[in-house]
Amino acid sequence: MATINLEKPELKALRNQFGDTLAELGATNPNIVVLDADLACSTQTAKFAAKFPERFFNQGISEQDLINTAAGLATTGKIPFCSTFAMFASGKGWDQIRNTVCYSNLNVKVAPTHSGLSLGEDGASHQSIEDIALMRVIPGMTVVVPSDSVETDRVIRWAAETYGPMYIRLVRPNCPVIHDDASYQLEPGKIRVEREGSDITIVGTGETVYHALLAAERLEKDHGIRAEVLNCLFIKPFDTETLVASAKKTGKVITVESHQVIAGLGGAVCEALCADYPAPVKRLGTQDRFGQSGTGDALFKEYGIDWEAIYNEALHWLKPGP
Amino acid sequence: MTNSILASRPMPQNLPRMSTPELQKLAAKLRIDIIDMIYEAQSGHPGSSLSCIDLLVNLWFHHMLWDPANPEWRERDRFVMSKGHGAPAYYATLMAAGYIPHEEIHTLRKIHTHLQGHPASKYIKGCDVSTGSLGQGLSVGIGMALGHRLDSIPARVYVLMGDGECQEGNVWEAVLSGAHHKTSRVTAIVDRNRLQIDGCTENIKGLGDLAPKFAGFDWNTIEIQGHDYAQIQDALRQADSLAESSDRPTVIIANTVKGKGVSFMENQAGWHGKAPNKEQYEAARAELVTAYEALP
Repeated sequence: MATINLEKPELKALRNQFGDTLAELGATNPNIVVLDADLACSTQTAKFAAKFPERFFNQGISEQDLINTAAGLATTGKIPFCSTFAMFASGKGWDQIRNTVCYSNLNVKVAPTHSGLSLGEDGASHQSIEDIALMRVIPGMTVVVPSDSVETDRVIRWAAETYGPMYIRLVRPNCPVIHDDASYQLEPGKIRVEREGSDITIVGTGETVYHALLAAERLEKDHGIRAEVLNCLFIKPFDTETLVASAKKTGKVITVESHQVIAGLGGAVCEALCADYPAPVKRLGTQDRFGQSGTGDALFKEYGIDWEAIYNEALHWLKPGP
Repeated sequence: MTNSILASRPMPQNLPRMSTPELQKLAAKLRIDIIDMIYEAQSGHPGSSLSCIDLLVNLWFHHMLWDPANPEWRERDRFVMSKGHGAPAYYATLMAAGYIPHEEIHTLRKIHTHLQGHPASKYIKGCDVSTGSLGQGLSVGIGMALGHRLDSIPARVYVLMGDGECQEGNVWEAVLSGAHHKTSRVTAIVDRNRLQIDGCTENIKGLGDLAPKFAGFDWNTIEIQGHDYAQIQDALRQADSLAESSDRPTVIIANTVKGKGVSFMENQAGWHGKAPNKEQYEAARAELVTAYEALP
């Protein structure tokens, strides 16, 4: 893997990559169809729409209809990707995703953007901090949270050729590119060990993986603390084996997510550990509290999920002050 | 038949095509099956099943194209049982079609059954999508039609809905979509029995005159008496013609009687989702058997 400069990373928006990859796949896979709910310019599905207008369906501001129309298309052998903001796909479309898509095991990919706090200024009404929980609780649903544009590209390609209902959680802002495009290989269903360490385990998902890596790098530089960083891109199926192996090594686990700690990544990690290797876990994320308006950076700071919050949490745990 | 929807597809071998007297005899038998299975299960929806069984037999044994040997036939007409609580009527129909073994009639709603309380697609041949949570089937049917259009398959899609179901917002999202996407080969059939669990639809949340509401959303509308076989068949043929002559989907408002065929269940909201006791079952069955035997 080429060296990534975490201090001055290249930035790229996951949604732009999503749009680019879909538009590229559309050329080689005629079964791919794309649906949106009046947010095609925001989610970037407009790129697919421009190239393949006959395979793009704008369902208007109708998320229930969005999901079920995709379900109907899937019964004819199409591979529908449907997108809108995560809040509306997972919230308004939940019954349709649960009862029609998952209960019927249809090949529908729900791939919304603008998830979590980093949506920013629009505020709590638009910030989905419950969608991981809502999706992972449904039987048969796969939940994937890519951490950068490289991973987004590979996840979308994998999803297009893998049967089954999926929820692919994407975000709005430009995100640091933390993977080398040329060497990156997706391992479906696996946690990705991004950095090895022996003192503490930091588990991130999506955007927070970058913050975990940056915190780990600075912990080592400043204090000689060796943190292991796990990228939990597959929330479901959950890779208990890799998590437990890391917890056995470090004995301390921090989770960090742009989501409620209840039933999100933190919840999933605790569920896995308590059955197989009970280890103490500190969960960073929204603490049963709605989001608010602000820049993504300000929100990550306010809700304690940026690199600095992770750094301080680890430091206080490993080297309690006087 | 001359319309292009049929002309461009092969007629599957051994597809049952029944005359009206045969259809009426079949429906009379399936009414007995419905009451038998709900009584044995001691739960289920008799009123909602008996109101739509005449619509189902006309669709499956007179009008739709499907392949008895291949439920997955790519060019088949699609049927979505959006009013999933009418499952006993749907299962009885699919038993007659040969897609469900008749002996499974004894398993309705029991543990490990294929015949779940509401249809589960993974267990039922020819059932593309699970239903039960109301309001969802019409969007699914329109999605099917969009898929057919991309593949140049001239299949029709029929979505059977309850009238109470039309209180769901998803229905009207779909109605807008169907008109917008010009899915003229979608026909929605509303089983307008005027009753829902808590009482008369007009007292719970009035649906009023449904046909003009659909017309206002740019759908073709046909209103019929939903137990009159000539009217049902004419309406389905008319929907075929409209699918070719217009770019609008069609709704058939089928005015029906909840519990049709069992006198003490007819037009009684209380029989929406309740199984008969032994005495009621015997009375209902006797009435249905008499009706069956009276038919040629």
